[in-house]
Amino acid sequence: MPTTRRQFLSIAGGITAAGTLVTLRPLEATPAMLNTAIRNVVGEAPIRTGKVKLDIPPLVENGNTVPLTVSVASPMTTDDYVKSIHVFNEKNPQPNIGNFHLGPASGRAQVSTRIRLADTQKVVAIARLSDDTFWQAVADVVVTLAACTEELN
Amino acid sequence: MAALINVPARAKRGDIIEIRTLTSHIMETGFRHTVAGALVPRDIITSFTCRYNGAEVFRADLFPAIAANPYLSFFTVAKESGKFEFEWIGDNGFSSTASASITVE
Repeated sequence: MPTTRRQFLSIAGGITAAGTLVTLRPLEATPAMLNTAIRNVVGEAPIRTGKVKLDIPPLVENGNTVPLTVSVASPMTTDDYVKSIHVFNEKNPQPNIGNFHLGPASGRAQVSTRIRLADTQKVVAIARLSDDTFWQAVADVVVTLAACTEELN
Repeated sequence: MAALINVPARAKRGDIIEIRTLTSHIMETGFRHTVAGALVPRDIITSFTCRYNGAEVFRADLFPAIAANPYLSFFTVAKESGKFEFEWIGDNGFSSTASASITVE
């Protein structure tokens, strides 16, 4: 059955109304949101590159479950250890992925998990050391099938 | 129990041991829509804690970007025999615990 003009307008109106609701929350974290999320953790402190190793596949077929390992070069003694590891993304609806709190009792500064990636994007891991310096590693990941925002059946 | 815990049963004092945990949870992001356009409400685990004989050795804040059935692996130093306690806390009052024992020689 061909769509009449009236039906088309009523559907279009419905979509616009739904669209207004959706835009209340931006669908993708822009790099600006990424920066804000990082600054919320780091404050004004400088972030240096190094010490942190971010293991994530460069090409991912399914963004719904992406293995991620972050390790930090640290002796993990009582005076020199990693306090926390923070992982961020650039283009998911929300820039945070996870915060992991460690201590000298950890022995080794390494954390693994599985994450979701909604798009081809940058993943950033930042470590806070016991002397309150911040170190980062950045990885680019190409995602073929996106996660997070697909429709339910 | 909806959680899988992997802790070595025995270790030498001072050894660095790996702990792996997997718990069953949908981790609904709160960003998905049904075909009808309704937003599916967020339902995730927001916090995970591991305590070793009562002392916290690892804690994680989780976000919707963590995949369903959250898997976490981390390390700790085997200091003394005892118990590891794991706790997951999430949206809608979700709470789950598990524990594992270790013998340190």
